[in-house]
Amino acid sequence: MTATVAAIVGPGNIGTDLLAKLRRLDGLEVAYMVGVVESEGLARARELGVAASADGVDWLLRQDPLPQIVFEATSARAHQSHAPRYAQAGIRAIDLTPAHVGQMVCPPVNLPEHLDAPNVSMISCGAQATIPVVHAVSRVVPVPYAEIVASVASRSAGPGTRANIDEFTHTTAASLESVGGAARGKAIIVLNPVEPPMIMRDTVFCAIPADADTEAIAASVHTMVEEVRRYVPGYTLRADPQFDPPTASWQGYGRVAVFLEVRGNGDYLPEYAGNLDIMTAAAARVGELLAREAAART
Amino acid sequence: MSAGGSRKIRITDTTLRDGSHAMSHQFTEEQVRATVHALDAAGVEVIEVTHGDGLGGSSFNYGFSLTDDIALISAAVQEAAQAKIAVLLVPGIGTMADLGRSREAGASVARIATHCTEADVSVQHFGIARELGMETVGFLMMAHRTSAAELARQARIMVDAGAQCVYCVDSAGSLLLSEAQERIQALIAEIGGEAQVGFHGHQNLALGVANSVLAYQSGALQIDGSLCGLGAGAGNSPTEVLAATFDRLGIETGIDVHATLAAADEIVRPFLPRLPWTDRASIVQGYAGVYSSFLLHAEHAAERYGVPVQGILERVAQHGYVGGQEDMLIDVALVLAREQEEEDASCRRGRSGGHDKEGPAHADR
Repeated sequence: MTATVAAIVGPGNIGTDLLAKLRRLDGLEVAYMVGVVESEGLARARELGVAASADGVDWLLRQDPLPQIVFEATSARAHQSHAPRYAQAGIRAIDLTPAHVGQMVCPPVNLPEHLDAPNVSMISCGAQATIPVVHAVSRVVPVPYAEIVASVASRSAGPGTRANIDEFTHTTAASLESVGGAARGKAIIVLNPVEPPMIMRDTVFCAIPADADTEAIAASVHTMVEEVRRYVPGYTLRADPQFDPPTASWQGYGRVAVFLEVRGNGDYLPEYAGNLDIMTAAAARVGELLAREAAART
Repeated sequence: MSAGGSRKIRITDTTLRDGSHAMSHQFTEEQVRATVHALDAAGVEVIEVTHGDGLGGSSFNYGFSLTDDIALISAAVQEAAQAKIAVLLVPGIGTMADLGRSREAGASVARIATHCTEADVSVQHFGIARELGMETVGFLMMAHRTSAAELARQARIMVDAGAQCVYCVDSAGSLLLSEAQERIQALIAEIGGEAQVGFHGHQNLALGVANSVLAYQSGALQIDGSLCGLGAGAGNSPTEVLAATFDRLGIETGIDVHATLAAADEIVRPFLPRLPWTDRASIVQGYAGVYSSFLLHAEHAAERYGVPVQGILERVAQHGYVGGQEDMLIDVALVLAREQEEEDASCRRGRSGGHDKEGPAHADR
């Protein structure tokens, strides 16, 4: 079996953490690491025997063989300009930026439907952490409204996120609907500067019918959490799903609340940065499954 | 700067925003109209009307509004003959789109709030607010959680982004006199040449009014209050007390003292489910430095899970949770309930084994 050849574009913290995760996978070989200036990230990649260049995507597209998959860990603007070039070269893109050029994907929820997509978006950290739970509820009962609260350590929120925090709110909310299966979604993000830094926390609230089968919902959530733990080992429930009876201010719906902790794997990023880890872990998972699919076809 | 000068102070009344916390966000349009009418007639120049957690705050996490924010803002704008209507926006909860809708409804002051060390998440929002032609105010919440120098650096970020005033916000009602004073002084030193400085106090340690006077004496020109102190925790500095106190100090507020007393007593007090009060839990908030808005949510979680409310708030202080993390109150209550169960079980085991445990830690239940 020949390994799928992959490249990482963007040798920063995310790209470096992703490299560590991808190197553990069978069937996928990271051959290239690409930046636009010489950096520690490129140097680290070279030490690991990866061909690394500061000459950008121009360099990458001159390589032989070309990568079959490229992981983009740059910025939304950079990915917007790179995406058509990857597509033209027949390279599939797994996008960790907020560009959202391609299909929004959450591996345990809708990846099988998009194994052929030329470009997939990893949406946002909050989306990767919470969509599985919204889906776990919406596959049991209709969810008219889902709301998530993502709390992240200030240190793990980069300048891009900070400069455009509304983008997180809008995109994550939209994905709770289109991928999670809620009729309406709302997303909230809170940055907490406490020291030592807090581990990423996510809370999922779903409105559910008054007569919902709470045992079935709880079982579905537990199953889904196990599914996510296959690629994010630090993804845990803080408590069993909590059910509250309908109230007038909830328009007669009941509520399930799910409290999650996302501890990073500490590959390159610190453990508290579960928000970044779940992005690289989900992207690696997509890469793993794409590679497996490609191997099965040959 | 010294007290008693001729500098005029502007009081922003937040009965209909911070007070929304104490009302569990159940304000009716009639209550909003009556309150705005009375405040406007009394000469209050700025009246803030929004869900307690700002635009977009209506949610499972913070409580759903009885009446949509935009409808309440429109009603307030209609009632106000001279007062400007302000809105609160907390980036991460509300969005620029929400701000645009409030502007269309007639709001003219945008108050944009971040945790005291996270001002850079508000840069875009100040830009949009200015583009919308709104007056801008930056709100650095939980100001006790950082130093005066750092607070000034954060205020600089907001002013560079377009804030025309930056507030030191004592969200936990935790700042003690000189602590409030040194923060205001630092803000004045950093941004005083380009923007105003404001102070927003809470009564958890009963220092809201005293801190406001010290803030004025240190150079602040905008002060927040609310009628009957209606607000999160033990409430805000009461607008009517601020009006009376500043009047006695000879500082002009433009507010008729007797008219605000009447507004508090005759308009607001009759619709309050309970008066804000420095009770055990809210004092713990001031003492330990906990976000005041957590109070009712902590009470609810305490009741739901059978754990003491002050226990939740103390644990929240230990974890350093910040404004917006209301979900963590349930999480903490679940942890406390689990610990309580384990303790009860070990007590039972202890008794059956003949070693009676002394002074159980859950004695106050």
